[in-house]
Amino acid sequence: MIIGSALLLLIFLFPLWRISLDAPQFPEGINMYIWVNQVTGDDEATLQNVNILNHYIGMQKIEPDSIAELQYFPYIIVAMSVIGILFGVVGNKKLILTWVIIMSILGILGIYDFYLWLYDYGHNLDPMAPIKVPGMVYQPPLFGSKWLLNFHAHSYPAMGTYVLSLSVLMAIGAYFIKGKKGDSNEKAA
Amino acid sequence: MRTKLFILLAIVVSLGMMGCESKEEGGGGNKGMIGSNAAEKVYVAPGEHDEFYAFMSGGFSGQLSVYGLPSGRLFKVIPVFSVDGEKGYGFNEETKPMLETSHGFIPWDDSHHPELSQTDGVPDGRFIFINGNNTPRIAKIDLKSFETTEIIEIPNSAGNHSSPFTTQNSEYVVAGTRFSIPITETDVSIKDYKEKFQGSLTFVSVSDDEHGDMAIDFQILVPGYDYDLAHAGKGPSHGWMFFTTYNTEQAHTMKEVYASQNDKDFIAAVNWKKAQEYLKAGKFREMPANYLNNEYSEKTHTAVSKRETSVRVLIPEECPGLIYYLPTPKSPHGVDVDPTGEYIVGNGKLSADLTVHSYTKMMKAIENKSFEKEIDGIPVLKYDEVVAGVVEKPGLGPLHTEFDDKGFAYTTFFISSEVVKWKVGTWEIVDRIPSYYSVGHLMIPGGDSRKPWGKYLVSLNKITKDRYLPTGPELAHSAQLYDISGDKMELILDFPTIGEPHYAQAIKADVIKDNSLKYYKLDENEHAHVTKSEAETRVERNGNKVHVYMTTIRSHFAPDWIEGIKVGDEVYFHVTNLEQDWDVPHGFAIKGARTAELLIMPGQTETLKWEPTQVGVVPIYCTDFCSALHQEMQGYVRVHPANANVELSWGLGEDDE
Repeated sequence: MIIGSALLLLIFLFPLWRISLDAPQFPEGINMYIWVNQVTGDDEATLQNVNILNHYIGMQKIEPDSIAELQYFPYIIVAMSVIGILFGVVGNKKLILTWVIIMSILGILGIYDFYLWLYDYGHNLDPMAPIKVPGMVYQPPLFGSKWLLNFHAHSYPAMGTYVLSLSVLMAIGAYFIKGKKGDSNEKAA
Repeated sequence: MRTKLFILLAIVVSLGMMGCESKEEGGGGNKGMIGSNAAEKVYVAPGEHDEFYAFMSGGFSGQLSVYGLPSGRLFKVIPVFSVDGEKGYGFNEETKPMLETSHGFIPWDDSHHPELSQTDGVPDGRFIFINGNNTPRIAKIDLKSFETTEIIEIPNSAGNHSSPFTTQNSEYVVAGTRFSIPITETDVSIKDYKEKFQGSLTFVSVSDDEHGDMAIDFQILVPGYDYDLAHAGKGPSHGWMFFTTYNTEQAHTMKEVYASQNDKDFIAAVNWKKAQEYLKAGKFREMPANYLNNEYSEKTHTAVSKRETSVRVLIPEECPGLIYYLPTPKSPHGVDVDPTGEYIVGNGKLSADLTVHSYTKMMKAIENKSFEKEIDGIPVLKYDEVVAGVVEKPGLGPLHTEFDDKGFAYTTFFISSEVVKWKVGTWEIVDRIPSYYSVGHLMIPGGDSRKPWGKYLVSLNKITKDRYLPTGPELAHSAQLYDISGDKMELILDFPTIGEPHYAQAIKADVIKDNSLKYYKLDENEHAHVTKSEAETRVERNGNKVHVYMTTIRSHFAPDWIEGIKVGDEVYFHVTNLEQDWDVPHGFAIKGARTAELLIMPGQTETLKWEPTQVGVVPIYCTDFCSALHQEMQGYVRVHPANANVELSWGLGEDDE
């Protein structure tokens, strides 16, 4: 449980999600990474380049500084990690279960929030956009691949999400181990 | 008599009656023997990369071209000594200083010999140097950006032909005077050539860092001959530089005859390590000079000219052991040192044979003082004591030799229009193949280094005649690619070149391609008039000078309309390309500009000076097809009468109006 909760902090080192765009003029591909606290690209200029491409179809600029979630999500993660470690030390089964449930709800909310952002980027288009394709929306898939005009967009979870999942799985593991062995040495998990 | 015969032959060739020794080997008439798999050997499929970069001099175009081998595809023409409207080189305010000289701004030169920088005698892909022949200069091109980043003028020189050959670690690139002149330059009678004219051999140091800054370290004053070509020693002969001479007759007129009389001219062997000792010991003279050193900074995106006022000069008479002459038959053109550093080939262009000197023998002759005579303090070594061997009757008019990695040498013959392969050490001829026509230099990738990539050979030909579709009186020069991986040379490709490809160099693409710059970082742009965001764009007036701080990004200029400019104003458009992506330059052109366009790389700032002469509204537009809305990337500048009383105004988009 303690390790699982501590593991949570590792998601500051890995992106949660990866959206990549393929087009003939971009043989090297364009990759964007969504982290718990930032949005990055292959290099420091990627976001600017994506924004330049997006402005032709009237998409809003992706500006990480204006995405509030990126500001407060890190605190939630740190808090959950600290709480998880405390729960682990206390070693109460119910507390562990509570932690798992809260984490799962947070995870689902997080993905739903991400979906809302993607929906907003894809649908909320500038009516003055130079390129308007009737009926066309540009929402990247949450999970999977999709053609958006000349770009083939792919969106999949990245290492951070796997770490987060592992963290929750370990907590679930701790819950069950504790169920079998009683109160004595759950800290090992 | 022999001399006259050769001249006659040369005239015959130039009249166009090809002396076709080649016919017997030509197979298919004069089209060349093409193997059935030649196409396969040069085919680089669409999207695939070539194996080698080839850098070919532009000759009288003054530029340097970049080709791929084996495909022969042209990638880029790098402007060096000549203005280039396409890139705004020499037209925009930033690059104008690159072409400044002690004579003022010069928009053209004649560039002959590209030379890659070396480490341990092997091309290292950091820089390539090239000489300006007419107004003596050496340029340095950075192989990260493929842009000319420095040009240094050579004082006390005329006809900078034996240049810019490099030493083993690019400690120096050199510059020898093809035309001797009175030094320092004064107006003496041309008839006083023998008494008053001198040559100079200049050693330009190259700093051992990412900038490779050039500076003149020293010059050696030498007798008034024509110093033709050069090559450095390598391996055991590292520390020596060899220069060919002709016109040791010291003729000042009708040189084609009078400068072709002596049976032997010289190869000058300069011990530059000795020169460094003399410099350290203070045995130099400080001579007044006047020359410019122009450097382009990739931080400020701007070139600056610096004037230098003196050079350190060494006089052979005062510096024993500094320089020796090796007698070499008949007006040797190229001097080429084999990969081991032992053999020094003198390509006596009017000689029937090819002379090869031995470095070991030369050192022994120096030790034994086997001198024939002394000229102005320069000992002339005895010919028999230095010659290693002779390639007998290889062809007519030998010019240049390069080497492969299997112990063979390849020499070009201008008059008999062929390349001859011979074995270093035994001096036997093993193969010969015609070139179409009249080959000058040849190039094997790394072929003048310690480690040639002996797979291809390129002959650089002066005459093409019937080889391509005719284009009026002026025809392309050509490069011909030979496969030299087998025993027999095989012609596999023939392609036209820009200007006159005097010499070329090539290097494995892998050495360079991963270092190639994709764009300049805007954060690091230190241009004096940079505009780093659209919020900072503005127009400022200072008297009749108007500075426009403009930006470009797909697909608009900011600002894209300007009013308040008057006839008689001096308008400077400082345009910063805000893009930070590969291959997204923007162009900038304005009607009536008497300069050229700007072609601004991502992250770069360039300045166009515009002096409107007519009242009206003139458009500006992007010239480089940047995006789907490139055609919309345009704007207007309103020009008022000279006496109008108007304020400047500008903007972008409806909100600004």
